[in-house]
Amino acid sequence: MSVTVQNLTKRFGGRREVVGVDEISFNCPEHRITSLLGPSGSGKSTLLRLVAGLEVPDAGAVCINGVDITNVPVRQRNVGFVFQNYALFRHMTVAENIAFGLTVRKAQKAQIQERVAELLSLVQLSGYEKRLPDQLSGGQRQRIALARALAIRPKVLLLDEPFGALDAQVRVELREWLHRLHEQTQVTTLLVTHDQEEALELSDHVVLLRDGKIEQAGAPTELYERPANAFVASFLGGATILSGRVVRGQALFAEEGLSTAVDLAEGSIVEAFIRPHDVRLAKVKGGTPAKVARVERLIRIGGFVKLAVALPNGDRISVQMPQHEFLEHGIEQGDSVLLDLRHGQVTPRLSYSI
Amino acid sequence: MTGVAVKRTSAEGLHHHERPALSDPVLARRVLIFLALAFVAVFLGLPLLIVFSSALKEGFGVYLAAISDAETLSAVRLSLLAAGISIPLNLAFGMAAAWLLSKYDFPGKSVITTLIDLPFSVSPVVAGLMFVLLFGANGWFAPLLSAADIKIIFAVPGVVLVTTFVTFPLVAREVLAVMQAQGSDEEEAALTLGARGWTVFFRITLPKVKWGVLYGVILTNARAMGEFGAVSVVSGHIRGETNTLPLHVEILYGEYQFASAFAVASLLGLLALVSLVAKHWVEWQAARRRTGDVIKGAAT
Repeated sequence: MSVTVQNLTKRFGGRREVVGVDEISFNCPEHRITSLLGPSGSGKSTLLRLVAGLEVPDAGAVCINGVDITNVPVRQRNVGFVFQNYALFRHMTVAENIAFGLTVRKAQKAQIQERVAELLSLVQLSGYEKRLPDQLSGGQRQRIALARALAIRPKVLLLDEPFGALDAQVRVELREWLHRLHEQTQVTTLLVTHDQEEALELSDHVVLLRDGKIEQAGAPTELYERPANAFVASFLGGATILSGRVVRGQALFAEEGLSTAVDLAEGSIVEAFIRPHDVRLAKVKGGTPAKVARVERLIRIGGFVKLAVALPNGDRISVQMPQHEFLEHGIEQGDSVLLDLRHGQVTPRLSYSI
Repeated sequence: MTGVAVKRTSAEGLHHHERPALSDPVLARRVLIFLALAFVAVFLGLPLLIVFSSALKEGFGVYLAAISDAETLSAVRLSLLAAGISIPLNLAFGMAAAWLLSKYDFPGKSVITTLIDLPFSVSPVVAGLMFVLLFGANGWFAPLLSAADIKIIFAVPGVVLVTTFVTFPLVAREVLAVMQAQGSDEEEAALTLGARGWTVFFRITLPKVKWGVLYGVILTNARAMGEFGAVSVVSGHIRGETNTLPLHVEILYGEYQFASAFAVASLLGLLALVSLVAKHWVEWQAARRRTGDVIKGAAT
């Protein structure tokens, strides 16, 4: 089942002055995971609630498999919704929680029991039937919430920051688990997240939002490699945006601190989205002041080292390299270095607003 | 409240690090405990004791005769009736109001929230007078009521009406607080799973707020049985007809039948004790659930 959203608009506030979602259109391909990615306040959760029917749009339409369901009430939409804080029924056991959707559909008892057992084994929590939600860990609650949503065989699965409340390790485990689960169930899934890693790792399609509008939508690699604008570039992969000028076939940034060959007209103003691992650096003594940068700060994180580097013109850029490479260079704080752009997207600058 | 404040300041002032921060010198603690107990004994324990001892002063026979007197029994019946009607009414209105105020946003919401407390902020006597002005012989609805031959003031309906009025905030307030604290995620989850409004209410919302509801009912019952001022204005004190228990106590006392007055008063005293025990039990249950959650929540 594919989900299509057309010109969806939702405003909040007494005079409808706060824009939640602003004329958004996108498509979630069938059997795939689509991520709604964006910073907090970007409207991604509102969008998900609009698809579920928990909010009523001011304009626009939501279609599942080509059928307009904008005016269908929540309970008839047959969507599975997993809330950020799980929203398990606290007074019901795990089995009763999972069975709820089937009980209100008046399914037969034997059938319900069978389905509950099936789902519990799917989420790897067989034997937990009699537990209350309060007796489960965060990760277990999340899996029960998923099982409950899947019990009704939903047309679409909607996940609202499903790993938001979990600690880092559980989050990574559950992410992999969700990926395997999706391969088994093949349910079209919409995933809301603010975590770019989560979106890039889990989804086949990413919709990046800001302030209720879509900044860019497409395959994760497409967004990552060809960001449509500075926001996309900095949100995905933490790119630094530098502007420079083309001189003799070379785009020069931060005086001559960074340069790369380009096929652009002499004198064009250009913009580069530079990610921390796009930059190589080499220690230097002396050198042309216009080319020399300085290492201001070193942060070691496991197998990686992050460096804050001040460019010749004073701009700062963040560089990341593997530990072994760092050790080979023998760089220390305060060292002078030369930078080399290994890879980076350089585009002609559209607006001249320096 | 003052006890707590005094405790904090004295502990802060001393800076004895080997002791837990909030423990006090033994003397201060004993004095505070003594003061608190003495206050409770003089203002709460002693009156209750006097009620029961005066009730039994002329012997158990007189006590039994007083409480099995026809007029007393009639007062008991009316008090039970007033409570029996106002509790379900408040339950229905209170739940509806709490649901409305916690789940929806609409203009005038804060006005309604404030109005719910009106019966508490108005003197009960004034509340009674309001109903006399509405339904009394010269009241606004007098022509309508006399045409239909319905009597409200100085009759049982008036007693029930004012009782419902003065107890109105109790259920609404309790349930509203619980609903606001718990949010609506579970209700939304139930909706996405295909439940209808009533199913959501009975299977999700009600179990969530049941301790708040029960607490509100106990308070409503205590207030309904014990209300004097408002009922006194509308009842007309007709013996065997419109007398509730508190009114009956006053009449007996006014007629110098002290033993009987205290005997009937002891019934109200007993009711108060039962209410307190019930209230405590409900609070204990609710707290046990909450702390249970906290402990288990912390473990995850």
